[in-house]
Amino acid sequence: MDKTWIKKITKSKSFSAFTSALLAIFLGLIIGFIVMLFARPERAVAALQKILFYGFTDLGNVFYFATPIMMTGLSVGFAFKMGLFNIGASGQYTLGMLFALYAGFTFDLPLGIHWIVCVLFGMLGGMLWGIFPGLFKAYFNVNEVITSIMFNYIGTYLVDMLVKGSAKMYVPTTTRTAYLPQSAQLPALGIKNSSANIAIFIAIALAIILFIILNKTTFGYELRATGFNKHASQYAGMNGKKNIVITMMISGALAGLGGAFAILAPSTIAGSSQTYEPINVIAANGFNGIAVALLGNSSPIGIIFSSIFISHIQRGGTQTSILGFKPEIIDVVVAIIIYFSAFSLVIKMAAGRLITKMRHSKGKEEVDQALSEETYMPDKPGDNTDDIEEKEV
Amino acid sequence: MDNYIIEMLNITKVFPGIVANDNITLKLRKGEIHALLGENGAGKSTLMSVLFGLYQAEEGEIHKNGKKVEINNPNDANDLGIGMVHQHFKLVDVFTVLENIILGVEPNKMGFIQKKEARKKIMDLSEQYGLKVNPDALIENISVGMQQRVEILKMLYRENEILIFDEPTAVLTPQEIDELIEIMRGFAAEGKSILFITHKLNEIMAVADRCTVLRKGKYVGTVDIKDTTKEELSRMMVGREVNFKVDKSEAKIKEKVLSVKNLSVASEHHKNLAVNNISFDVNAGEIVCIAGIDGNGQTELVSALTGLSKMESGQIILCDTDITKANIRKRSKAGISHVPEDRHKHGLVLDYSLEDNMVLQRYWEPKFQKKGFIKKREVRKYANQLIEKYDVRSGQGPTTIARSMSGGNQQKAILGREIDKEHKLLVAVQPTRGLDVGAIEYIHSQLVASRDSGKAVLLVSLELDEVMNVSDRILVIYEGEIVGELDPKKIDVQELGLYMSGAKRDKSKGE
Repeated sequence: MDKTWIKKITKSKSFSAFTSALLAIFLGLIIGFIVMLFARPERAVAALQKILFYGFTDLGNVFYFATPIMMTGLSVGFAFKMGLFNIGASGQYTLGMLFALYAGFTFDLPLGIHWIVCVLFGMLGGMLWGIFPGLFKAYFNVNEVITSIMFNYIGTYLVDMLVKGSAKMYVPTTTRTAYLPQSAQLPALGIKNSSANIAIFIAIALAIILFIILNKTTFGYELRATGFNKHASQYAGMNGKKNIVITMMISGALAGLGGAFAILAPSTIAGSSQTYEPINVIAANGFNGIAVALLGNSSPIGIIFSSIFISHIQRGGTQTSILGFKPEIIDVVVAIIIYFSAFSLVIKMAAGRLITKMRHSKGKEEVDQALSEETYMPDKPGDNTDDIEEKEV
Repeated sequence: MDNYIIEMLNITKVFPGIVANDNITLKLRKGEIHALLGENGAGKSTLMSVLFGLYQAEEGEIHKNGKKVEINNPNDANDLGIGMVHQHFKLVDVFTVLENIILGVEPNKMGFIQKKEARKKIMDLSEQYGLKVNPDALIENISVGMQQRVEILKMLYRENEILIFDEPTAVLTPQEIDELIEIMRGFAAEGKSILFITHKLNEIMAVADRCTVLRKGKYVGTVDIKDTTKEELSRMMVGREVNFKVDKSEAKIKEKVLSVKNLSVASEHHKNLAVNNISFDVNAGEIVCIAGIDGNGQTELVSALTGLSKMESGQIILCDTDITKANIRKRSKAGISHVPEDRHKHGLVLDYSLEDNMVLQRYWEPKFQKKGFIKKREVRKYANQLIEKYDVRSGQGPTTIARSMSGGNQQKAILGREIDKEHKLLVAVQPTRGLDVGAIEYIHSQLVASRDSGKAVLLVSLELDEVMNVSDRILVIYEGEIVGELDPKKIDVQELGLYMSGAKRDKSKGE
């Protein structure tokens, strides 16, 4: 009986999400390796080593690059919980960046306060851009995917226009934004040759807060209920419209913080700062957030790890260029991992079926035991004839 | 005598986590009507799906006329002369009757369909078996009974000799059921063999020659109908004695609780009103039943009552308060409890635990939350109370995921939740749909108990037995109008059927 706690853990939902993520990563790396074998067979093993292990030698930058995608991942994941697909994290991210830049250049505030104000402004910008898809969805029943894609474009062009039009922010000779004042930059952690800063801790703290909101509060209860079953939440009298708008607001705020964290990060070169180049490209970090959220199973805690992992292999991936690989190879590997993270659910179900079959042929007693435990089986037949009907199709 | 056309020998079919069929043997004689009886989840549908080639059994053999056959898909089954009428019809709504019948076996010359040939064959069959259909009508425009005839004609057109009927009477009126029984007898006389899945004992007694009973995936036995009784069959099916009569005393009618005035609701499916100018009252201490054939406006009526959808016009008054414009939460607070028609769609969040589902209507109450934080301990305590009180059985108690529970226990959980909530009116829509006899018995007794504690109960039901046994007053709904107000003690099922099919209506009601 002393093994019950192990059983409890292995049977829990988060454990199965974790194992399926691991499986996805494993398969993704294998296929990624095969791709690299085709590209440069003699260097593929070395490249795989770089991808897997380089990040450990550059932890500061792993955390630095993990921060923005952790935020956009949380943004996408949080909306997912409500059943909303916020594909507009990029736009919200860009707006957050603009607002943070604006606060950085415009206000003259003391050290220790300025950057906080900038971060809050970034949050505000993302929130603003998140509200619109929420309002459209709630009150006009326009699919949030379409609205938020459009708002990615509107946001990107708008920001670039505003940045280029501002003499304070934009330096035409470098075609980038000017250096932010030191007071606006996030406090660095002091790791050599890296821009690692306090934002990683803020992001992790936010993830934990989101976890608590989702699992301990009535708002989280409503939100997850709506995500699981819209009709039941309506039946229970939950205010779906209000919740959609609030969720998109929070989701946007999170992505906006991602943009703020990215642009406000301290530079490794003294007297400079991060800069933004307005060249009408939609921020990739927004889309990476979708990948992070998927791999993290939309769970805030899962997203902490998935964002750090993706940042880790991305750092390693950039190093493969030394071996003559195109840096895009790592994007391919990441894409394959994401693909398998969706696919692994299918693999897991097939595995479950196989195990049940094996158990059955072993002996009926064990099956009875399995039955009495009533484990979660998504396609268990018999409790409703409709279930069987669906499978016939 | 042992002239078996189909033998299913020692069939075992396993799904993840459950053995749906465990070593089941079923032997079908030529020219007999063989009923397959069992509660929901007993494995009837699975067994028939194995025979029809939708599932492959892990163990066991199927023999036809003594020879072993392999059935890997419905086409194989069709080649062996096995046809099936599914519970939910497999018809193309926007095709005509004729097009649906020939679908998949279209007679053609160089790819051009020969409709003339098909039409002649269909009309011949239609005449021979008394299955009147209009071959040019679109499926979406004909009645459910008519659609079933199309399904039957599909089997005949394919010259099937083994006919499987999966709960064929669930959607029919009493008159249509009688006709179907006649048709089935005709087939048997012609030498066709019929497998008839059901959990309605009356129909088995009326039409079947033999009956095989399954329970929890296991074979219980095969009996000759002429040597058995309804009670015997139900004991085999449930495994214990069952009380068919609902025990209840005279209704003690008290004050008016619900008053619906001139209610009209638009339809989502067609241009006409789904509910057309309906008025009725429900009083405390009585069970009023809305009876009718599926799709006559019951769903829309309940949606408008509970606030799930908007009404076109009319007024709803609950205990002297006008709730016409109130939202769902307000109506719930005002005293409406609602056991919804579709427990998976509305009644439960299937991926939530049982305890989270138990507070679905009440999580916001100060009892269960403080400053927006859910009091987990209170929720757990309350869930345990309900589980105890309403005998909800599940694998891991309050932490069981609702999806993994059986239909009967899911329904008990919903019913418990809704009855336990402070309420004046209980709206229960098909509360026993798809449940086994034991659960039905329990739910009926709870409805009566709720009535006796002074609540008003509005029951919406398609099951005639339920309508007759449980209700104190019957309102018959037909095409969105109430066509009769009946006393269950004074009428019989046949007359009720006439009202339900629109053949009869009270002059005082409607137009």
